[in-house]
Amino acid sequence: MSGIYACGAYLPRLRLERSTIAAATGWMNPPGNKPAQGARAVCNWDEDALTMGVAAARRCLLQSPLTAVARIEFASTTLPFADRSNAGLLAAALALDGAVAVADVTGSLRCATGALIQAFQNSTPTLLVAAEKRQAKPGSPQEMALGHGAAAFVLSGDSAAVSMLGAASLARDFVDHHRDADAGFDYAFEERWVRDEGYFKLVPATIRQALDGAQVGAAAVTHFICPGSPAIARRIAQTCGFAAESVVADTAARVGNLGSAHALFTLALTLESAPAGATLVVIGFGQGVDVLVLRVNRRAQHEPAIARAIDNGVPEKSYVRYLSNNQLIDMDFGMRAERDHRSAQTVAYRRRDALTAFIGGRCERCHSVQFPRSRVCVNPQCRQTDTQVPHRLADQGGRVKTFTEDWQAYSPRPPFIYGNVTFAEGGNLFMEFCDLEPGELQVEMPVSFQFRIKDIDKLRNFKRYFWKATPAL
Amino acid sequence: MASGIKDKVAIIGMGCSRFGERWDSGPDDLMVEAFNEALQDAGIERDRIEAAWLGVFFDEQNVGKSALPLSMALRLPNVPVTRVENLCATGTEALRGAVYAVAAGACDIALAMGVEKLKDTGYSGLPERTKGTFEDLYLPSSTAPGAFAQLASAYCAKYRMPMAELKKAMAHVSWKSHENGALNPKAHLRNRVSIEQILNAPMIASPLGVFDCCGVSDGAACAIVTTPQIARALGRRDAVCVKALQLVPSNGVEMGHDSWDGSHTLTTPIAAARAYKEAGIQDPRKELDLIEVHDCFSITELVLMEDLLLSDRGHAPGDILDGRYDRGGAIPAQIDGGLKCFGHPIGATGLRMAYEIYLQLLGRAGDRQLASPSLGLTHNLGGIPNRNIASVSVFGLAAL
Repeated sequence: MSGIYACGAYLPRLRLERSTIAAATGWMNPPGNKPAQGARAVCNWDEDALTMGVAAARRCLLQSPLTAVARIEFASTTLPFADRSNAGLLAAALALDGAVAVADVTGSLRCATGALIQAFQNSTPTLLVAAEKRQAKPGSPQEMALGHGAAAFVLSGDSAAVSMLGAASLARDFVDHHRDADAGFDYAFEERWVRDEGYFKLVPATIRQALDGAQVGAAAVTHFICPGSPAIARRIAQTCGFAAESVVADTAARVGNLGSAHALFTLALTLESAPAGATLVVIGFGQGVDVLVLRVNRRAQHEPAIARAIDNGVPEKSYVRYLSNNQLIDMDFGMRAERDHRSAQTVAYRRRDALTAFIGGRCERCHSVQFPRSRVCVNPQCRQTDTQVPHRLADQGGRVKTFTEDWQAYSPRPPFIYGNVTFAEGGNLFMEFCDLEPGELQVEMPVSFQFRIKDIDKLRNFKRYFWKATPAL
Repeated sequence: MASGIKDKVAIIGMGCSRFGERWDSGPDDLMVEAFNEALQDAGIERDRIEAAWLGVFFDEQNVGKSALPLSMALRLPNVPVTRVENLCATGTEALRGAVYAVAAGACDIALAMGVEKLKDTGYSGLPERTKGTFEDLYLPSSTAPGAFAQLASAYCAKYRMPMAELKKAMAHVSWKSHENGALNPKAHLRNRVSIEQILNAPMIASPLGVFDCCGVSDGAACAIVTTPQIARALGRRDAVCVKALQLVPSNGVEMGHDSWDGSHTLTTPIAAARAYKEAGIQDPRKELDLIEVHDCFSITELVLMEDLLLSDRGHAPGDILDGRYDRGGAIPAQIDGGLKCFGHPIGATGLRMAYEIYLQLLGRAGDRQLASPSLGLTHNLGGIPNRNIASVSVFGLAAL
């Protein structure tokens, strides 16, 4: 058995407010609808489940003294690649690839809770990442509901902060919604049927089974984490005999439903405040049910980083830009957008340390940090050959030396912002910035680095990734 | 010890096509236009050319690779032709090849031709191009204005100067070049513009507005060079001689090392110091009569005045606003309109600059003629501030 050692989560900075959606699509709906409230966290053009997963995992690993992760699982129904190990790419971005087992888990919104149960039940030190970027058809109910985000957990057998007391799973082909392998959007059935035949009939029975197995009474449950609507969670809590105040406030209203990552995101958020001794029941729902009964041994998180991330969104003011950035509308970006982004996989493989893990070089003679790592040291006072050792730059941050906001260059979200960044330990890189609006960037501003989509090769349906700088929070 | 190039080679003929959006002309037309002028100027037969250098940058959309485009377009007498490319210093690189060949005694008369046909892309600005299989995977897909705009942000930060103040000096740079270009019948842009128009122009890459950017032009320019002795034998008495040719490429410091502050070019000061030494110039501020610098963007010209050691560090904006580089100033710059208004067909630009110095020194510059200049400088900056090739050449009038 293992327990949770550390956790982290990530939300995109952008928030698409539901009132923005309603203003653009309200003409389709009858008058008298309730005013749309809250927001969805939505990816920028260069974010996907993988980049969000990497961001959540980095935050998680920063909390964890454990570095010897032996297994990495990546759970999502929106993995960027159908045939290329997404977990393997995630591991490479974290510089954890090599002698490590990797697995993608997918196919249901329950994939992450299922993987979490598995990780608790074996003793292999595991990094479990869940991330979701479900797209919604413009005008659909999902467009109001779905959010983008990620959560990550490190589980290990040693003195864990959170232990699993019991678990139960139910497999049932209850098709509340589906998305065929080639489809871009979910197809959902009536919510009342999902509530009555799905949540109310399937969940309480599985909870009882899990509690019995864990030998935990309903009255002992202090935190109940259940996806679906708050009303569904309250009703199930009541049915199962949980205290009303045990129902954890759902974040879907503020950031949207994060799909397979939702339960894990809410769990990570809850662990920021859950005291030692708390007993948690966590539900995963999707063609069946997963129930985990957890016990907090000690506070897993001391910084309310996830709560802050929920608060720190920036409104996406343009609905059309949201559509465009999510490839839901095909804007004309002109001839410069026709540039061919074919990747030479031979080069990408040869230089994978640099391109995926953001590993540069550090000269052993003069200590100059440089990117990319090269045969001859860049320091004009040194210029020694073959003196550089690999040196990861992803986590060290830097400062803006120069920048521009370029309206001529093609960017899916103009202007294209790029410039020179000085690494915290010295060294310079001419690189792209991300998550910025015009006028936000300044010379000397401290930056951190984010793993992002660099280019989308529309001719070959391929995305390539690299690291970008963004103002440090 | 090398003695340098000073006074070893004379220019006996130069030609330059009209620059601009030459929709009706291909690169062959442009080369023939420049070559006919140069050949007539030199007063020699085509078959006396013993070797040639062709400078062209965007090879795939222009004339193509190799010696053939020049040899075939001009029907040269099967002489060796070397195709060269060194970013925006390409034209100067072609001239270097021809000049060194004559100085080495490998041939008596050589041709340097630079050409670029840019306006076949279908869109404004320079063509999109790959940076290479590795660099495309991590470097920004930057544009030229975006890469040069970086200088402005660093310059303001270094000298604690508000951007609005720097923009005024940048606007003066462009205003001056439009004034000069208006007098040049071969220039791409011949319209005068006001400071207000420049400052209020649409943004290209902050802080560069459209008037901070040079023209993207079609054009060709060429030079025929020989030894001073042969020039004299051809009847020349006053000739424009090459005084210095220096070329300094980056070695990666700007791209990878934090010792570069981003507010200037590392290469140009090195090239300038070497060129002044080669030409025997003690005080360039006093001795140079005119200069043609690589004013691809207004901010580039501004920082280059410091990099060429003509303005003190941090003082270029003041010197520019004081009119030091205007037509009537101490060191007129871009008297032909520069890249800004004469235009910037990349492969031709270095030779176009030499063409203007040549005309001015020989008193043939028409409405824009300066009073008796005898020493001029050309400067190219190929690439971007992060990595580039700086060339500094000096040309002087010599009695043969």
